Amino acid sequence: MTDFTQLGVKDIRDGVAGGDFTAREVAESFNAAVAAAAELNAFIVTTPDHALAAADAVDAKRAKGESLGKMGGVPIGMKDLFATKGVQTTAASHILEGFKPEYESTVSQNLWDAGAGMLGKLNLDQFAMGSSNETSYFGNVNSPWKKEGTNSAMSPGGSSGGSSSAVAARIAPAATGTDTGGSIRQPAAFTGICGIKPTYGRCSRWGVVAFASSLDQAGPMARSVEDCAIMLEAMAGFDPKDATSLQMDVPNWEAALNADLKGKKVGIPKEYRMDGTDQAILDSWEQGKAMLRDAGAEIVDVSLPHTKYALPAYYIIAPAEASSNLARYDGVRYGLRDLPDGAGLQDMYAATRAAGFGDEVKRRVLIGTYVLSAGFYDAYYTQAQKIRTLVAQDFEKAFAECDVILAPTTPTASFPLGSLDADPLTMYLNDVFAVPASLAGLPAMSVPAMLNPDGLPLGLQLVGKPFDEQGVLDAGLAIQQRAGFEAQPEKWW
Amino acid sequence: MSTYRIQGATGEWEVVIGLEVHAQVTSNAKLFSGASTAFGAEPNTQVSLVDAAMPGMLPVPNRECIRQAVRTGMAIEAQINAWSRFDRKNYFYADLPQGYQISQLYHPIVGEGQLTIEADEKAGIPEDKVIGIERIHVEQDAGKLMHDQHPTMSYVDLNRVGIALMEIVSKPDMRSPAEAGAYVRKLRSILRYVGSCDGNMEEGSMRADVNVSVRKPGEEFGTRTETKNVNSVRFVMQVIEYEANRQVDVLENGGTVDQETRLFDPGTGTTRTMRSKEDAHDYRYFPDPDLLPLELEDSFLEECRASLPELPDAKRARYENELGLTPYNARELTAEVETFGRFETLLAAASAKIGQPEAKVATQVANWALSVAPGVVKSLGDEANMANATAEAQAAILAMQDKGEISGGQAKEIYEIVLKEGGEPEAIADERGLKQVSDTGAIEAKIDEIIAANEDKVAEYRGGKDKLFGFFVGQTMKAMQGKANPAVVNQLLKAKLDG
Repeated sequence: MTDFTQLGVKDIRDGVAGGDFTAREVAESFNAAVAAAAELNAFIVTTPDHALAAADAVDAKRAKGESLGKMGGVPIGMKDLFATKGVQTTAASHILEGFKPEYESTVSQNLWDAGAGMLGKLNLDQFAMGSSNETSYFGNVNSPWKKEGTNSAMSPGGSSGGSSSAVAARIAPAATGTDTGGSIRQPAAFTGICGIKPTYGRCSRWGVVAFASSLDQAGPMARSVEDCAIMLEAMAGFDPKDATSLQMDVPNWEAALNADLKGKKVGIPKEYRMDGTDQAILDSWEQGKAMLRDAGAEIVDVSLPHTKYALPAYYIIAPAEASSNLARYDGVRYGLRDLPDGAGLQDMYAATRAAGFGDEVKRRVLIGTYVLSAGFYDAYYTQAQKIRTLVAQDFEKAFAECDVILAPTTPTASFPLGSLDADPLTMYLNDVFAVPASLAGLPAMSVPAMLNPDGLPLGLQLVGKPFDEQGVLDAGLAIQQRAGFEAQPEKWW
Repeated sequence: MSTYRIQGATGEWEVVIGLEVHAQVTSNAKLFSGASTAFGAEPNTQVSLVDAAMPGMLPVPNRECIRQAVRTGMAIEAQINAWSRFDRKNYFYADLPQGYQISQLYHPIVGEGQLTIEADEKAGIPEDKVIGIERIHVEQDAGKLMHDQHPTMSYVDLNRVGIALMEIVSKPDMRSPAEAGAYVRKLRSILRYVGSCDGNMEEGSMRADVNVSVRKPGEEFGTRTETKNVNSVRFVMQVIEYEANRQVDVLENGGTVDQETRLFDPGTGTTRTMRSKEDAHDYRYFPDPDLLPLELEDSFLEECRASLPELPDAKRARYENELGLTPYNARELTAEVETFGRFETLLAAASAKIGQPEAKVATQVANWALSVAPGVVKSLGDEANMANATAEAQAAILAMQDKGEISGGQAKEIYEIVLKEGGEPEAIADERGLKQVSDTGAIEAKIDEIIAANEDKVAEYRGGKDKLFGFFVGQTMKAMQGKANPAVVNQLLKAKLDG
């Protein structure tokens, strides 16, 4: 059997369309790779039959000379936050263990309609809360990468850690992610792949298990900028079932990709130069500037003065929304129900939620409940919303002076699983560079830049104006072409 | 000024009342989901994925519900907020699948407005009174728990979950049970005119939370209690009566009124504590992040305004000023949508049949509609087939009466036959001899006989005893077997006796 697992989205789509190989061959190849990679724990459930059925449908269409779709023949991993009809959807939680929706999320349906198939449901941080993929009820996800000279299990980042691990390990050519405060970009950076969070509202949230509704955005994770562009086109689009969905046509990002940045200005936000940032990260940022300058862009300094308030504001707003969004998991209608002998309704709620939610989820529900409580609301939630507005205004002002912003994706490279167990605040700091763009609803992408001295990938982040995914992808492509990031994790699983 | 007072041991107490009326918006679909809103369906058959709060489901506002709330706001002369927002009210209960109710706390869609309750001396409302309305907001209804289906468990019916409600919050402007009753009736009337709520209190389409406090006249407001989910005008008045007296007793016995939520027991007419202030929920209101602020465009507002019907106050004024109806008739006819609907249809038909403008025949039609026709229907009981009570038939009867062809009594008789058997009123009048005689010859002959037979009375009449005129009318009508046209009889008698 030919091994197709080195191929990305574009290669597979074009190869299938051109008759170089069949979609079924590709699906079989990836199904086998998935089956052999159980040690990564990237998948919660695998769905090889789904991948094969989708592949066969594409092959049949090709035989009839029909159009195969934007993702025709590409098997992907589906983050287990997206509802998939008849396939267990858990958000990596115990409380939803065994839950099989009667419906398909808009984004996953869009992908199936575009000819993609599903390899399985990818592990993640429980309810997308986490930055290391250690909060899943179904166990940690292992990064395929190892710190040079060590054998410690490394974090693939979070919350889309199953997605990043699978794509980096070449057991899926691409995967869906969701990004609330960095959950696509940070794991992409940790594993040497690309991931883009589009403008808030580009991808429908319908059928995506909600974490923080005003921030949640789906996006693709893949190994190249082109692959991200292709897959985002398939995922995005107005959805009347989501009141926050953007009523805009989906641009043809792939066709318009252009790494020539002549006439473009790239902003460098001085506030992102923070204490505690790795030297290697700062070095990669410098290299990024040089690459974009080489692509024809002018590098300008910009200021995002409220950056330091963004993370605290995020950790008020996101838990506040989460505390309310997760109230529906109550043991009444679906999912786990823990009904101790003689228990009343309140006892059932308490027992069900105590057993069904993990520690990090409980922590955020408690924080969120606290900040919304009478007497604290104004001091926390109202203030945080004001900061959110100021952060968005920072970007507006900065984008008067530049077209796209370049920054590191994360302050550090990946870390060993378990190393931050006792320190949730340091864990939260992982998202310090990612959160501002989330609060402002802006398109933002991480692309691999280089390996650090420990042999771990580092990512660079590009943040664009509202609706300007194209500008972000173009700058990402310019970096990709110059960084020449070809490193792959050595297979140990 | 209301004179309603509670007589306590320490003197008179005044009652202060505010009402929060929850009115179900007339709409085929729920506020944020496409599920049906029909009443009486089997449990859990009208529940969408959104209503059941399945993971990842999202609310999308229903334009019709918003439109009805705006039209209602316009009908109470309220400020319409072109920018409003939905908030989540968070609490856990088994009838609330989301774990929060989507409502509007901070920025309601409708701001301050008012309505007028009419003077009603008998009810102790000496003059028209304007009651302020604080706001109207739209929100989701909850489901229903059923505790009698299983020995140890409760069942949940989600059919009502997500149905759109308008919460209409009055100012604390009412001072007696009668005023509160009049307010609810007037509000119900307006809602039904507008068509934004069917006002059906038994089915729960309208229910009130009743806020009551007492004070010595002229003093500051006292501490209020809120009695939840009261579902009839009579019960609202009972709650106020009971609560006001209870609070006076508490205060006069040296106690304090607790700010608390209470429940009404219709069986005993009393209220009892549901939860105290200490147990009050912290609802953790915050803007619903699944929904964008609701921004209403001018064209939408214009359409809402243009679609408003003539409202009760305007209609009543028109009935009095243009149709010349008495204030009593005008009020009776405009109180209910069905009543004025039937009246206006009959008025148009009668006006056409008689060939006179509506204003000329309105009083006749109003009397018919309010007293004559209902009297006939009532006397027939089950025998009346109301399908026969068409505007055309009634207009034909009124036209014959107008022309003097039939008497009032004959009109009733003909209508009885119409209701029982059907048929054309004109044909019935002809075939059954239900017409009055206007033939002067026949009447004159009888008058002559009567004058001849009663010479003494004629002499007394001519001697100045005018009252005897009635005697001669009566004798003539009797002689004509009641079928003579009274106007002709009068005219002929006058001529013969006075001449």
